[in-house]
This record gives sequence, C-alpha cells and structure tokens, in this order.
Amino acid sequence: MPRTRRRLTPYLLLLPGTAWLVLFFAVPMGYMLVMSLQQGSLSEGYHLTWNWGIYPDIAVKYGNLFLRSVSFALATTVLTLAIGYPMAYTIAFYGGRLKNALLLVVIMPFFVSFVIRTLNWRMVLSDNGLVFGTLKDAGLLDQSFRFLATPASVIFGLTYNFLPFMVLPLFVALEKIDRRMIEAAADLYASRAQAFWRITFQLSLPGVVAGSLLTFIPAVGDFINADIIGARSPDVAMIGNVIQRLFLNSNDFPAAAALGFVLVAGTMLLVGVYTRIVGTDRLTS
Amino acid sequence: MPPQIDVRLDRVTKRFHEVVAVDDLSLEIQRGEFFSMLGPSGCGKTTTLRMIGGFEEPSEGAIYLGETDVTGLPPFKRDVNTVFQNYALFPHLTVFENVAFGLRRRKVATDQIASEVTAMLELVELPGYEARKPSQLSGGQQQRVALARALINHPRVLLLDEPLGALDLKLRKQMQLELKRIQTEVGITFIYVTHDQEEAMTMSDRIAVMRAGRIEQLGNPEELYERPTTPFVAGFLGVSNLLEGEVAGHDGALVSIRLRDGTVLRAPADGVAASGPVRVGVRPEKLRVEAGEAGPSDGLNALAGVVLDASYIGVSTQYVIQTADGHRLTVYAQNLDTAGASEAMAGGQRVHLTWKPQHTFVISGPAEHVAGDPHLPEEGETDV
Repeated sequence: MPRTRRRLTPYLLLLPGTAWLVLFFAVPMGYMLVMSLQQGSLSEGYHLTWNWGIYPDIAVKYGNLFLRSVSFALATTVLTLAIGYPMAYTIAFYGGRLKNALLLVVIMPFFVSFVIRTLNWRMVLSDNGLVFGTLKDAGLLDQSFRFLATPASVIFGLTYNFLPFMVLPLFVALEKIDRRMIEAAADLYASRAQAFWRITFQLSLPGVVAGSLLTFIPAVGDFINADIIGARSPDVAMIGNVIQRLFLNSNDFPAAAALGFVLVAGTMLLVGVYTRIVGTDRLTS
Repeated sequence: MPPQIDVRLDRVTKRFHEVVAVDDLSLEIQRGEFFSMLGPSGCGKTTTLRMIGGFEEPSEGAIYLGETDVTGLPPFKRDVNTVFQNYALFPHLTVFENVAFGLRRRKVATDQIASEVTAMLELVELPGYEARKPSQLSGGQQQRVALARALINHPRVLLLDEPLGALDLKLRKQMQLELKRIQTEVGITFIYVTHDQEEAMTMSDRIAVMRAGRIEQLGNPEELYERPTTPFVAGFLGVSNLLEGEVAGHDGALVSIRLRDGTVLRAPADGVAASGPVRVGVRPEKLRVEAGEAGPSDGLNALAGVVLDASYIGVSTQYVIQTADGHRLTVYAQNLDTAGASEAMAGGQRVHLTWKPQHTFVISGPAEHVAGDPHLPEEGETDV
C-alpha cells in the first residue's frame, strides 16, 4: 500500500494544477473553437455548421489589427527591456541595503487597480491636462497637439503597466550572478563594456526571456490601454478591443471566438518560436 | 646581479571604512618565485592579492609590477592574471571559450588561439575537454580549467586565491605537486594565498606569514619552521613548545637561557639579545624522551618531567610531558624500535627529555599570551 501511494504522490500533486489548466484553459479553448465554427444570430440562436471559412474571413478583415497588436506588444517589450534593464541592474548591483525597499517601489503600482492607474494616466496626459496643458499654456506646444489616442500613447500605457513584469525577473537573474565572474572577465582583459556584454548580459538572459514573455503575452491581448489612453480611437484599437466589441456590442460570437482562438494560438506559436530560438533552458538555468 | 623584482609593494595600507585590512605593508617578490601569503582568515592576505590584481585600490602606498607603478590601473590593464577561489569559470561558455577568453579580448588570431588552447589544456592534463561546459566537470577539472584560463595569457605574475580550498584532501595534495610542476615548467611568478600551512610549505620558495594586516615573518619554509621569530609563527606552522626564561649569557655560537626553575638551556645565539626575557622553543619531533632521571648531557639540552598523556598513532607516539615548573611539552616519538602501543610509556612515568641546542629557537621579548586564535589550523596534523 505505501509503495503504491508513493508512486501516485507526484500525480496527486499535479492534479490541482492540471484540473485548473483543463477547466480554465483547455475547455474554454475548445469551446471557443466550436463557437467560432457556428453560424446564426443571438435572437435565432447559433448552430454548428463547421464554418471553417470564418478563419480566412477574419484574416482578411482583421489582419492589420493582429499586426498592430503584435507591433504594439513588441514595442512595449523592447521599451520595458530598455527601461527595466538599467533599473534591475542598478537595484541588483548597487541596491545594497535599499534593495528590498527599491523592489517594493517597483511593485508599488500594483497596490492600485490596473484600470484606475490607467485612468489616472489618461487624466495626466489629456489634451489640456497636467503635462500638455501646462506646456501649451507656456507656449511650448501647439494648441492642437494631442498625445492621447496616438499609437505612442497606447505603447506608453502598456509600457508603464507591464514594466514590473520585466524588472522582477531581470532582477532575479542579475542578482544571482557571481560578481567574481565579472572580476574574472576584467582580469582576462575585458573592458567594462566587454565584461558586461560577454558575461553579465549573457548570464542574465534567463531573466530577459522570462521578462519578455511576461510582458509580450499580456500586452498583445490587452484592451484596457487602447480603450482608455487610446480613447477608443479606431486608429489605435488592438485585437482585444475588437474581440470585446464583437462579443459585447455586435453579439457576433463566432467572429469574436475565432479572433480569440487565433490570438491565443498565435501567441503560443510566437512564444514557441521565441523560446526555440533562445533556448528553453534559458528559462530554468 | 641582484634578483629581478617582479612585484613590489611600497608601504601599502588598505582600509575598509574603519577596518584596517592591510597595514603599512612593504614586500618584494622576485621573478620566477613561488611566493605564498599564509595566515588565518582576516589577516589581509586576500586583500593584498586583490590589490596586486587591481580589484581593490590601496588607501595608501604604491604597487609596482617590475618598474611600472600600477596602483591606479584597472585589472584589464595589468599584466597579471588570477585563479579565483571557487574558480569563477564562465558557466555559459565551453571549456575552450573559457580558456580562450583572454586571447580573444586581445584579438589574437583565431588559428593561433586554437593551437594555444590545445597546448594549454594539455599542460593542465585536460586534452579533449574543449567542448564541455564547466558544469560537466569535476571540482579538480574546473580547477585545471581556471589555471589554464589564467596561464594562457603568459602573465608576468599569476595570482592564486586559495585555489585548492574546495577540493578534497587527496586531490589537494595531488594538485599541490601539479601546481609546482606547472610553475617550474612555465617559469612565471606565482603569488599564492592560503590558510593551510602545509600547502604553503610544500610549494613555496618563500612564505610571508601574515597576521592582522602585517607580515609577521617572511622566509623560506625551513626558516619559518626551524627558526620562527614570533610565537604566532611558531604556533601557526605546526606545534611548538615554548618555555619562558631569561638570557643568562653568550658562549660563542650558543646562548644560555635560564628557565624559571633554574634549568639552563642552550640555543643558537644568532640575533638573540644579550639579556632580558625570552621564550625558548623546540619542535615536538626534535625531542627525545627516555625513562628515568637525566644522565650526563653530552652538551644536549635536558629537562625532567612526568608523562601526562601518551597516545599511540602508528608511525609515532605522541606524549604530553609536564616539566618541573609546570610547562607542558608535546613530543612526537618515532616508533623506530617500539613494537606497539604496549611499549609506550604510561602516564605518571618520570622521564627526561633531551634535544640538540641547534634545534632550539629563541623568541625575543616577554610572553604575551596569544589566547586561542579560532582560525588556527588543527595542531599536529602535519608534523607526525
């Protein structure tokens, strides 16, 4: 009896996680796939007609939106990396006794809800708000200048909101690096820049990979920033906004489900390619 | 022609905030020398090494490599390389790339790098390991890679910071011989930091015994062992028996010292003051222990005592003898003629100790009791 139990223990431990994945990921994904292949309307009901044709249809109709979402998310990832790396580096290498306090500052925004934070940025960045209103009054900006509802504003919001997801894994990776490696590089005739690029950065790659994934995946499906900071402008709408509109306003469930399915499947594909290129072992080693 | 000086430290002091790690240290290390800095942790030996390597800057004083003042130069501009404690190999690079790292930074031609790495891996007896990652190597192999990575640059001086500390005893002994062989083969000056006196004695041409940021005594292994000048050195390099006394008079090459109980011992007179309090020392293996009262001494030093403790340890028997005035002496008696533990002298037995005056050393100055230093190595391990 004890032997059987011991053999079963790993599976029992995996059970809650597996159940969670099946219930909240696999089942909804299957459900979305089935729903995307249905036809009909909300009033008359939807029937499964195996309408695979919807996928080419949405590809034509919303292809540019996918492209925009991916490029916004990519820009966000690059920006959070560019801003987050020096932050994480400074905290890990020079934080000293302030390390924990500085990390707390990084995650401080999480104490306020995502939507409220974004709404506040909208106020701060509004046409006549704190920043641009003041600049306009001072005559430094043209009265017609507008930041909200531009692609830059949406990328700004995404970058702000996802920065901690980049900083934390980078910090963990950088913190782990044995300083003697960097001394050893300097000892072996590497300048500071070479030592950073050849040793520190290479050894922090697990953090770069983890941070990129944690930023890119939620950013590509985000709709809050385009909705609030993007001011619902169609020029900056992301795929998430369309899915939301199709589900809640147009009640075009099959199209919405098809878009959702493509978004999730596409993201998984991109992540798969990315980790294949940089190596999955980077995530663990 | 005077020996060429490779490294010179001129009145170097290093403070970390209020703590003085290295205190007004001056030192000259000769070309091609295997030089060790030996001392307990916190004695300043690693800090001194790091200052030579360029990882720390002296608070005061200057460091010269040859004739060049390198005091303010960063590590990558110094003609020295370091073998780090725990090796600090680059885990994401192969053995080949680890060893080639320095050559690549100095833009050596690719085909030359390949042949030099191959030759260097042969020197450290790791041929064919080029493609491995450091994590796939044993501790001893990693040690060799670290050595190859530093040596391939043919530095003027190689710094080694307790490089064998992480290895087990057997491997350590093997690597000690190996290091000495490699040093002789490449002819580069080695500066070696260790807290293990046996390691330092085995390999070094000269040793600086350090304590509290200063050099306590500098000399070759024999000088340090046979003629320590301070109680710290006497205690750090093996077991020492110290007896308090007064200088009673000089007699040619020898000096007479009167112990508190009136016994007179003789020792080489070199450097001993004409009078005043001193301590007389003798190493445990130099003592001859015999049952009964002392006979005619034939010019030998002699002391009477009682066996307090005897332990048979195979090659020798270790005695603790208490003398008339209360000193306790350790004696290692080689079991030349003894058949076994049964023939060792038992506790309580009255004995006398004899040894040659030449085997006696004198430490000047009154006794300052060096209370148990927690970092001192286990006594007696190495001298049996």
